[in-house]
Amino acid sequence: MEKISTVTGVAVPLRRSNVDTDQIIPAVFLKRVTKTGFDDALFHGWRQDPEFILNQPAYRGASVLVAGPDFGTGSSREHAVWALRDFGFQVVISSRFGDIFRGNAGKQGLLAALVAYEDIERIWEVIEAEPGMPVTVDLVDRTVSAGELTVSFEIDDYTRWRLLEGLDDIGLTLREEEAIAEFEQHRAAWRPTTLPIREPAEAGN
Amino acid sequence: MTASSERPRTLAEKVWDDHLVKQGEDGTPDLIYIDLHLVHEVTSPQAFDGLRMAGRPVRRPDLTIATEDHNTPTLDIDKPIADLTSRTQIETLRRNAAEFGIRLHSLGDKEQGIVHVVGPQLGLTMPGITVVCGDSHTSTHGAFGAMAFGIGTSEVEHVLATQTLPLKPFKTMAINVEGTLRPGVTAKDIILAVIAKIGTGGGQGYVLEYRGSAIRALSMDGRMTICNMSIEAGARAGMVAPDETTFAYLKGRAHAPEGADWDAAVEYWKTLPSDEGAEFDAEVFIDADALEPFVTWGTNPGQGVSLSERVPDPAAIDDQHERAAAERALEYMDLRPGVPLKEIKVDAVFMGSCTNSRIEDLRAFASIVAGKQKAEGVRVMVVPGSARVRLEAEAEGLDKVFEAFGAEWRFAGCSMCLGMNPDQLAPGERCASTSNRNFEGRQGKGGRTHLVSPLVAAATAIRGTLSSPWDLEQAVTEVEAK
Ligand code: SF4
Repeated sequence: MEKISTVTGVAVPLRRSNVDTDQIIPAVFLKRVTKTGFDDALFHGWRQDPEFILNQPAYRGASVLVAGPDFGTGSSREHAVWALRDFGFQVVISSRFGDIFRGNAGKQGLLAALVAYEDIERIWEVIEAEPGMPVTVDLVDRTVSAGELTVSFEIDDYTRWRLLEGLDDIGLTLREEEAIAEFEQHRAAWRPTTLPIREPAEAGN
Repeated sequence: MTASSERPRTLAEKVWDDHLVKQGEDGTPDLIYIDLHLVHEVTSPQAFDGLRMAGRPVRRPDLTIATEDHNTPTLDIDKPIADLTSRTQIETLRRNAAEFGIRLHSLGDKEQGIVHVVGPQLGLTMPGITVVCGDSHTSTHGAFGAMAFGIGTSEVEHVLATQTLPLKPFKTMAINVEGTLRPGVTAKDIILAVIAKIGTGGGQGYVLEYRGSAIRALSMDGRMTICNMSIEAGARAGMVAPDETTFAYLKGRAHAPEGADWDAAVEYWKTLPSDEGAEFDAEVFIDADALEPFVTWGTNPGQGVSLSERVPDPAAIDDQHERAAAERALEYMDLRPGVPLKEIKVDAVFMGSCTNSRIEDLRAFASIVAGKQKAEGVRVMVVPGSARVRLEAEAEGLDKVFEAFGAEWRFAGCSMCLGMNPDQLAPGERCASTSNRNFEGRQGKGGRTHLVSPLVAAATAIRGTLSSPWDLEQAVTEVEAK
């Protein structure tokens, strides 16, 4: 997982509330066998409309999504985070997130920044006035800056630390590598191993 | 659960304590070592993809084993798989196993089969170990006194990369089943009765430990049937303390310990049963003498009653949510309250799934149907849990019994348990099934499932209506109660 401290990039105003994970990525895409390549699936329904904000050339290559309240509610599918990330988003800003989505985001290196709704409206105004203008999200200071405007955001200390350090769940556990190796040293010989493959000595029942 | 050795501990606590890589502090989870990781084609692709993206290897390929089961066809297994999604998942597993050096038993291999049948059969599942798999019915392996539970795809990746999982301790619940089962009543009836008693959410947050004389009397196959369905009571895992039955089952299996290792293992395994005076967070009591063959009437595994009863009347249910659920279930199942369950006609009988597809299950089914003809118009499918079970059954001539009865004898896999392959019910079809989930559409869109034991499945296949061996003239005393 990449470390994040500041992200500067094009911000997209998504003036919708209650964007649930079904809208972020419809169920038909869950059949895939990869963890990447979901960029085409992101907001698949809405993107059929040429007017949809993500289809507008000014927002090409965006990395910050500024959404209305209750973003990422609904089913727990981790694919929602994968799709946002694959599309190029590193930060999602909202005034309220679905709990599971927020947890999944933190684990997968997507920064979910909680910003007060009045401030979201101010960000929308600034970035809509000049579509495609870059904004800067600073995880160290916990601020979002767009032009003259700077507002602060909330994120819990633990998730912030993980993002700054670039630690996913596995990365965190691997910090205990020594303890794991130590445990393995004392693993009893009778405990099962699948390799090398052994044939039965006699037929069981 | 703590590592204190003075306090009397339960079986679950002992296994937990012996796998602590690092004890959690300030509310952080414990880090638990995983002894055995079972992998199948549905929940593993993204886990391997995640490893690839991060450039991480599989830490312990020698503690990992994969098999193809959920999607595999049970007919024409030498032909390419017709369904594209199924084929992609299986081909992806084959590629991943090759790339990461994982042992894989593919369709056609003699060790292929349902992941929860394969592990025990190879002697990989044993007492006192931790077992995980990206599948909720991993609880099956608890029958050996192992701590075994299902995990999600991210956790599959976590275990592949680290051979550990960060976990918060579970609570423990004792399920005491005392007494002697009557002939014709089996392990499946015990677990269906347990779930009907505590409800589909009753086990939430708990590891269930099945105890008591009726459990001790069960074979390993029967104990697996019980632990398998722990998840249907909402529990994360189910366990049975290891004993001589467990050791006898394991001895001589391909991956069971040998020589001095065997002796050391048995010595350790004998220390595992819950200590006298160990405290459980909850306890439940079931009277084995009173149990009858059981059947579900609704669309969750907790909606079950004795087969001698009638379809319940939702109006008589006090809890309004349960009442509403019962009303919806009866509508879906197309059943009227008050109808004797034995009058319900079925279109199909499915004998299979990780709950009941081991050799003893097939023997039990065969013991009832031998020399008989299936009811007209009823489709009967017998699907062994693994290729090895299939071979064993054929060596005993069971396949001939099934075929003479009019049943289809298939190749190993999950099959109609979840209908991911072509083995499905048609809309509106009613099935007596030895599997574990009677959810709406589980066995095919619009299909209606009644969960039953192999003996009830067999009697139902003969009479064409839900029936127990008690309804057949044949004496059943020789049918070993498992
Ligand atoms: S047989 Fe059914 S319950 Fe068991 S692993 Fe297969 S699909 Fe799951």
